Amino acid sequence: MTDAPSLHGESLRQRSAAELRRENLHIMWRTLTLAWHAYAKDKAAVGALIFLVIVVLIAILAPWISPHDPTEAVGTRGGLPGTDGLVLGGDMDGRDMLSRLFWGGRVSLLIGVVPTVAATAIAVVLGLFAGYVGGWVDQVVMRVLDVFFAFPLVLLAIVIAGILDPGVATLILSITVALVPYISRLVRTTTVSVKQEPYIEAARAGGATTPTILARYVLPNMLAPVIVYSTTLIGLMMVVGSGLSFLGLGIQPPDADWGTMVSDGRAVLKKAPHATAFPGFVIVIVSLAFSFVGDGLRDALDPRARVR
Amino acid sequence: MSDAVLKVDDLRTHFRLRAGTLKAVDGLSFELQAGRVLCIVGESGSGKSVTAQSIMRLIMPPGRIVQGGITFRDQDLLALTEREMEDLRGNRIGMIFQDPMTSLNPVFTIGEQIVETIVAHTSLSGEDARARAVELMRLVGIPEPEGRLSDYPHQFSGGMRQRVLIAIAIACEPDILIADEPTTALDVTIQAQILRLLSDVQKKLGSAMILITHDLGVVSAMADEVLVMYSGRMVEYGDVKTIFRNPRHPYTQGLLDSIIKLDDSRESELRSISGLPPIPIDPPPGCAFRDRCVKAFDLCGEQDPPWVETGTGSTAVCHAVAAEEAAP
Repeated sequence: MTDAPSLHGESLRQRSAAELRRENLHIMWRTLTLAWHAYAKDKAAVGALIFLVIVVLIAILAPWISPHDPTEAVGTRGGLPGTDGLVLGGDMDGRDMLSRLFWGGRVSLLIGVVPTVAATAIAVVLGLFAGYVGGWVDQVVMRVLDVFFAFPLVLLAIVIAGILDPGVATLILSITVALVPYISRLVRTTTVSVKQEPYIEAARAGGATTPTILARYVLPNMLAPVIVYSTTLIGLMMVVGSGLSFLGLGIQPPDADWGTMVSDGRAVLKKAPHATAFPGFVIVIVSLAFSFVGDGLRDALDPRARVR
Repeated sequence: MSDAVLKVDDLRTHFRLRAGTLKAVDGLSFELQAGRVLCIVGESGSGKSVTAQSIMRLIMPPGRIVQGGITFRDQDLLALTEREMEDLRGNRIGMIFQDPMTSLNPVFTIGEQIVETIVAHTSLSGEDARARAVELMRLVGIPEPEGRLSDYPHQFSGGMRQRVLIAIAIACEPDILIADEPTTALDVTIQAQILRLLSDVQKKLGSAMILITHDLGVVSAMADEVLVMYSGRMVEYGDVKTIFRNPRHPYTQGLLDSIIKLDDSRESELRSISGLPPIPIDPPPGCAFRDRCVKAFDLCGEQDPPWVETGTGSTAVCHAVAAEEAAP
């Protein structure tokens, strides 16, 4: 192959490197803009994203914006919203609900997002490998995962967390391990179906190597359902993390995440229902927001939704 | 016959299934000369596509090329490593698929996909590759190629996508183009355009082409040579004019007979070959066509038919033809 091949003697148009760089940047920028437009078409996704940004900011800024120390009793036990100057009232020990929600967000977001993202990354590698290679490799990988799959998610996490010292790191690790089989299954199934698409064979006929096919053909085409599934798991994992903490395997009192706050509220459920209702409400809203963002991401990743 | 770019010698591609061994291609031999067009004709399931996949070494388990030789120029394709084969695919041998709607990666732009092939096989990169992509798109008749470079496959019609796939297949000016029923999924009006384009491109590049089709009209318009397949086996092979004028194998005769002719009277019934082709799973010895053959006799069920160089210039694989040739 000479370096200036031409089918009908027409010479190649020369462009400078700077021009090319600018053009590449322009194409990237255009793709991003189009992706954002596709995302922005989903109003719920935009609202959810804004909401989540605010929630994350609050969690990060908790030490500075919390009106009170979240572990210190500042009001009456189970004080209703408004009493003792506490906007959302006090919990069973008279601690400021608002401050506890702010601080609790740090842990809850961490154990919702980090294990899900980590487990998705691991599952993508495992599922892609098993699904694409197929045969006995597929059998071995998936049967090993099936062993994990046989345990209920929470039970598996309890077993793992039980072996380790309690703490946030333990929570994250145990939930990650427990999640991997679930997401791997989805990744594998989608990979197997994408693998049979004619464009994969066409790519091979075009001389594409296996790494190229995996990275540019299989991965991007199987990612959408995985993202949607993973984002719905985030909310669930916040609750699972709280369950582990409730059993003494996760974060320790007086620290709290939203889920622990819900369970703490049980003690005063009749007298002070708000102590359970507020954190529960926050979990629901934040979980929903992550799902909406997932839907929006799917649209942004889909070229068909990206048009104009 | 010395300038053959491709020689296929007694190719046998079998699939090991639970029900037995499916002999998808069973004893196929042909030669392809530079700049010539070979049409492989046959019914669905006759092994046409498997032949193409075998040449590209794209056969996946449980399929396997169990026997035979495929020689590209001086290289034995079956002896190459997968790495060497990847260098060859899309570079020296380009392939065009049946369904343009699903043969392009939906998540990348047309430009990226053409450039990918160019970058993989040539020293071109960046702006040169992009300029080359534009040039190719213009060559295959895509209007405003610069603007369409950043469009996604779903923004193209079926005909335009097939043009894109042709552009990708010819990006490296291959020695051989393999087109596997390239017009089957297209509207009739587009079919002629695509065939003309293929023909133009093939002539311009001087490539040899294997065109797989079940449309005898396409064969008569495009082919230099024809290879008729039936149930994984070769039936008749030869120059297109020879075979159309003087089909020798009863199957070829039946195929050509089933074409409607303009001067047929309206009342005359459409002729067809009765019955269905057998599925070649553990086929019994003898000719695969014998149950549907008007000329079948005892020998056809006992022995595999011989290769007969006919007096009319084609090669037929048939006991009846052998008997005809032997008779004075």
